[in-house]
Amino acid sequence: MKHANWNGFIGGVWQDEINVRDFIMRNYKPYEGDSSFLAGATPRTEALMKKLQGLFTLERQFGGVLDIDTSTVSSLASFSPGYLDKENEIIVGLQTNRPLKRSVNPFGGIRMVRQACEAYGYKLSPKVEEEFRFRTTHNEGVFRAYTDEMRAARKCHVITGLPDAYGRGRIIGDYRRVALYGVDRLIEEKKKDKALLAQSTFNTDEIRLNEELYQQIAFLGYMKEMAQMYGFDISKPAANAREAIQWTYFAYLGAIKEQNGAAMSLGRVSTFFDIYIERDIACGTLTEEGAQELMDDFVMKLRMARHLRTPEYNELFGGDPMWITEVVGGMAEDGRTLVTKSSYRMLNTLYTLGSSPEPNLTVLWSNSLPENFKKFCAKVSADTDSIQYENDDVMRPHYGDDYAIACCVSAMKVGKQMQFFGARCNLGKLLLIAINGGYDTSSAMPIGPQMPVMDGDKLDFDKVMERVEIYMAWLAKLYVNTMNIIHYMHDKYAYEKTQMALHDTYVDRFMAFGVAGLSVIADSLSAIKYANVVPVKNENGYIVDFKTTGDFPKFGNDDDRVDLIAKDITHRMIEELRKTPTYRNAIHTLSVLTITSNVMYGKNTGATPDGRPACAPFAPGANPMHNREENGALASLNSVAKISYDDCRDGISNTFSITPEALGRTEDERIDNLVHILDGYFAKKAHHINVNVLNRETLMKAYENPEAYPNLTIRVSGYAVNFNKLSREQQREVISRTFHETI
Amino acid sequence: MTERKLGRVHSIQSMGTLDGPGVRFVVFMQGCPLRCGCCHNPDTWDLDGGKEYSADELITRALRFREYFGEDGGITVSGGEPLLQTEFVKELFTLTHENGLNTCLDTSGCILNDKVRDLLTVCDRVLLDIKYTTDALYRENVGCSINTPLEFLDYLDQKGISTTLRQVIIPTKNDGDDNILALKSIARAHKVVDKVELLPFRKLCQIKYDNMGIKFPFSDIPEPTKELMARLEKILNS
Repeated sequence: MKHANWNGFIGGVWQDEINVRDFIMRNYKPYEGDSSFLAGATPRTEALMKKLQGLFTLERQFGGVLDIDTSTVSSLASFSPGYLDKENEIIVGLQTNRPLKRSVNPFGGIRMVRQACEAYGYKLSPKVEEEFRFRTTHNEGVFRAYTDEMRAARKCHVITGLPDAYGRGRIIGDYRRVALYGVDRLIEEKKKDKALLAQSTFNTDEIRLNEELYQQIAFLGYMKEMAQMYGFDISKPAANAREAIQWTYFAYLGAIKEQNGAAMSLGRVSTFFDIYIERDIACGTLTEEGAQELMDDFVMKLRMARHLRTPEYNELFGGDPMWITEVVGGMAEDGRTLVTKSSYRMLNTLYTLGSSPEPNLTVLWSNSLPENFKKFCAKVSADTDSIQYENDDVMRPHYGDDYAIACCVSAMKVGKQMQFFGARCNLGKLLLIAINGGYDTSSAMPIGPQMPVMDGDKLDFDKVMERVEIYMAWLAKLYVNTMNIIHYMHDKYAYEKTQMALHDTYVDRFMAFGVAGLSVIADSLSAIKYANVVPVKNENGYIVDFKTTGDFPKFGNDDDRVDLIAKDITHRMIEELRKTPTYRNAIHTLSVLTITSNVMYGKNTGATPDGRPACAPFAPGANPMHNREENGALASLNSVAKISYDDCRDGISNTFSITPEALGRTEDERIDNLVHILDGYFAKKAHHINVNVLNRETLMKAYENPEAYPNLTIRVSGYAVNFNKLSREQQREVISRTFHETI
Repeated sequence: MTERKLGRVHSIQSMGTLDGPGVRFVVFMQGCPLRCGCCHNPDTWDLDGGKEYSADELITRALRFREYFGEDGGITVSGGEPLLQTEFVKELFTLTHENGLNTCLDTSGCILNDKVRDLLTVCDRVLLDIKYTTDALYRENVGCSINTPLEFLDYLDQKGISTTLRQVIIPTKNDGDDNILALKSIARAHKVVDKVELLPFRKLCQIKYDNMGIKFPFSDIPEPTKELMARLEKILNS
């Protein structure tokens, strides 16, 4: 098949089937040079960005939400077109009819929408209430099916953050397909799949898929309608770079109008765009300045994406994040780098538009990346604290070379794999419940198998581990069953029609489980093994505190005695989870990631044997507990690197803060050293790292005087936030973290 | 081979970026014969303090970080004063070389004898702390003469061992232009010196002195300003 808009591209199987990867591999130009070709922001871009900054300020002054349309349910074509500055925008399209205005999306759950409106001084319109009176939301479906034990586990916070009241997210549509093929071709292919399916025996799976295909096709139609409202016909392939970016953005916009999933990631678009940009530059219709303008305008749109959330939600996922994760860099399977000039242009938006948490720019690091690119990334990190790094050499063998990251650390092949998001369980609490024989002291309720509280003056490591095994097996089964209900109901009542239309009809599914408090349980078990841990009981005979004497190895010091405990815990956890089958035969995966929920998890967990007091925050993700690292930064990185990616295929998040002075004396030294650190860490087969190059003092000043630091961006756990959008509690926790500094 | 000695080590820093080229594993040795008024680490003075390690133990630990070293990085031994444990440091550096990594010695150069000369045969680079440029200031603020450090530097020059000169800039003591010019001429007179680093005097260590119940001799001296450091750098590099 051929199309006039493909002129100049090298043909291949991508013309005959939906295969964006094949198109990229045949047409992209690897770039190994430095950043000197980049253009800065044009006056047009600067004026537009200034206008947007003004709106951001206003939004902050309005308490975090600028405006809510409480009477229009969000969908692809339910809002009339909106603009930031109609005359001057190059890429258009907003979620509602006005910039930063939020819409209501009750499909995941109407209660949360109602509460969110009220929290910001609005009231959900009676019209919407009425519309949803006879409609089952995902949230209602889940709670009809939850068992008593599931409710109890949720109530005592041993499993928390489950997507049972909002959109699950973590699905990445292959938004590039719309640009490369046009919507009509995508509809045609889906119709072919549907016709083929019609020949099979219809049972649950086939019936469900057939209905899903119907919905996918319908929503591709709505996507065309939405673009039409802005004056674009996206039924045909994009003819140039501007259209390619615009079409791709419309596809993404359609997804975030339809779904308010926790993480609505973008995928891997920069190198795809580069092919169009290079074609236009070659034929003289685009300049470098123009190319950067396109990227800037696109990114500005992404920075305007918003969902309506409740304050309770923000407690878990602080900073109003969207996780518009875009991966850049990485290597192709044929050995070429996937870095192009547009990888630079994408990172350059942090200079042209200023640093920002969104989009969540994620560099796929490989030992083989061009040195120039490595140095550029390190410079961007040191200047902006806005990018994260993930190990391409560890992920590529599993996912090939056209995968992307959903949310923070969840890898999946674009358009071919998706995941069922599952938040996380609390390992610190699990240990306490095990020791107390099935009683959670924080919420004062029994939970899990009932047995006697552990006795004796001193906790015995082997006996505690026996208990941990029993309770981990119990929790794992409960966790899988709970997730099965959630995702069954999400498919039933809030299926992602737009995003799944941009997937192959037959996809692989992951079921992504998670753990919080890994360093807490590892250090606690280490204390029990190597020091003296005497339990302290309350008047009811439950253990509520510990007297720990003697020294013990602590996670974060490259000490195998405790690091291997952490590794072993994640291994046991995924093994236990695998014992219970999943909905739609999803593949069990595990993450060590907390977002900002480590504060809330800590708040709901009693004192632990490692000496952490009751209610004190956990360390984020796979981080060692704050300030327990005694041998410097690399020892800490080595500890985290020991956790196996094979056990934690949904990602292992590490957040690393270092003062500029500790990285080297001059800017060049700091950049070189950061490159060495990243090379070394990833050579150790580590999976992920957030890099912050900043001083604690800066954060303390921003804490005291937020107005003076409106754009201070920091990486937290798998994403970046504007420091001022965190709660006071979350800010204090960030300040208390280990900063690797000079001694 | 003489009996293998254990080394007295104050602490280990797995990520050193300031003590020699690239990313380095830094071993801070315990014990120092000097009592510099600006000393940042009074807790390294006591020869009997610290923890004992064998050279094997240290190299094993250091090698866990070799992926981070890149082409330039390696192992630095600092202190305290590593010249008080020359045999141990030599053993560690020999092992470092056997493992294909480079070595860097951070020292005051206050001792020069056969054992020190022997150690220098396995040093790829020396970070030589020239504390002042006059003998009077040395005698007043360090407690020794400037002669040995200068002889030490001559010896490095003679042996062709790459050298970084370092000086802590202490307002009222050595922050004058004349001092920087003198330092510059010392550097120029020795072809092995390929780098001179001016380090700002810092007072974060006050708490260490307080905890040890001793007086921080320079507690009344202010830290140098960024502007002062920039100006001195400019003189140095002009």
